[in-house]
Amino acid sequence: MELKTSSRLEKVLKSGQLAVTSECGPPRSSNPEGIIKKGQLIKDHVDAINVTDNQTSVTRLCSLAACVHLKLQGLDPVLQMVVRDRNRIALQSDILGAASFGINNVLCLSGDHQSFGDNPQAQNVFDLDSMQLVQTVRLMRDEGKFLSGDEIKVPPNLFVGAAANPFADPFKIRVPRLAKKIAAGAEFIQTQCIYNVDKFELWMQGVRDRGLDEKIYILAGITPMRSVGMAKYLKKSVPGMDVPEELIKRMSGVEKTQQAAEGITIAVETIQRLKEVKGVSGFHVMAIEWEEKVPEIVERSGLFPRPTIA
Amino acid sequence: MIVGEQKPFEEIWEMIKGHKRLTVFGCNTCVAVCHQGGNKEAGILASLLRMRATQEGVDIEIVDSGIERQCEHEFFDQARDLLEKSEAVLSLACGIGVQFVATKYHSTPVYPALNTTFLGDVIAVGHFTEKCQACGDCVLGITGGVCPVSRCCKRLMNGPCGGSSNGKCEISKDLDCAWQLIIDRLEALGKLDDYEKIPPLKNWSKDRAGGPRSFKLEGI
Repeated sequence: MELKTSSRLEKVLKSGQLAVTSECGPPRSSNPEGIIKKGQLIKDHVDAINVTDNQTSVTRLCSLAACVHLKLQGLDPVLQMVVRDRNRIALQSDILGAASFGINNVLCLSGDHQSFGDNPQAQNVFDLDSMQLVQTVRLMRDEGKFLSGDEIKVPPNLFVGAAANPFADPFKIRVPRLAKKIAAGAEFIQTQCIYNVDKFELWMQGVRDRGLDEKIYILAGITPMRSVGMAKYLKKSVPGMDVPEELIKRMSGVEKTQQAAEGITIAVETIQRLKEVKGVSGFHVMAIEWEEKVPEIVERSGLFPRPTIA
Repeated sequence: MIVGEQKPFEEIWEMIKGHKRLTVFGCNTCVAVCHQGGNKEAGILASLLRMRATQEGVDIEIVDSGIERQCEHEFFDQARDLLEKSEAVLSLACGIGVQFVATKYHSTPVYPALNTTFLGDVIAVGHFTEKCQACGDCVLGITGGVCPVSRCCKRLMNGPCGGSSNGKCEISKDLDCAWQLIIDRLEALGKLDDYEKIPPLKNWSKDRAGGPRSFKLEGI
């Protein structure tokens, strides 16, 4: 299959092998050591590493700078970009900036509302939405044009991703919404964390019924739970997160000291089940502030070693 | 209509307490509907300020009055003498009225008694909700008559985001997800297929981003 970019992730996906991505949150400091250390911990077990963009609206070292740090380590970062904080001028500018450092992947997101973060009094921007950011990157890359129509002499070389949350409402538009993102130009999808596997499979059925799995690479989102407390928190307090009661019961039934291990096992079992689902092209393992567990999850899921890509 | 809410009394008191002759001036149209800025509310606020002045032993002559609208010249005729003699005006109008008074009476201090909160409707007695942000480029024709600019907290043109849950917005369980409403309406209109159409990028130059807006009727 024709490669559009120099992205390692794109190469793995187009080679027909299951891809594995993970993500690292930048520090709340100007010291890059944390993000570099996280990257080093997981680099042999993943094909690309997302860097979050002021996730949950809490101010952090910027995603672009953190991506550069990972790139300098020889890793393949995925630049997460939210449209909450930058207008179309700044977004296009950062896309060029990222490409100038050889960053080859971008994930286009809306971003959590600022009321969740450390500056709830902040103005939000939302000049574009995530769908339009996807369109923007594709226009810049494929047509070598800015939104203004002006020419870009050396267009950015980015593999374009978007998110999908099969568990948000209304469910009936979750497949049409994916179709819309594909029409906008998304080339890969990383999904919300999957705990309700039955519902995810129902969504995938809808995706396949429309042949959308042939048009985009879907990476299933996996986040191991560290405790029953985390499971309950995700269920109760995170909008758009679907944690079935049976998983909470399973976590509760395990001694406190063993809950983290149980969470890892659940993650591994979820991956193993989803590997059999047609249309799933890989996994996005989000071990939030628990990156050291990514290698174990990847190995136990039979996804190691990662393919060698020229 | 324009909806406003009275500022905290202490904030109002701090603004006006240094004056000797104050006119508390109501605006009897939009902000009277929400019982915050009408001529009746001007009377009540003036009484409260007089009581406070007495408590503090401060000598302020406080007169209350009002007109139908503080945003058009013709309504000011009846209050001309009063306003010309006022040392200061506490306007209960929206921000538009406050500025109109300030422009008409160039050397008179004018203070806002209200925070102008939004353009909204009355969905039930005493319940006002935002419905428009005057973005200058109305999209209601393609969004089933539900405004994503004013009612989606991320003003998404292609929503809903992943935070829509049981019809509610991620920022509050008390807030409807605008995109749930849009989808419900499109479905009721038999136009759910339109959901997959991607509209052109929004032209925010017609919004406040493009600078203060105005328009002028020709031939008047």
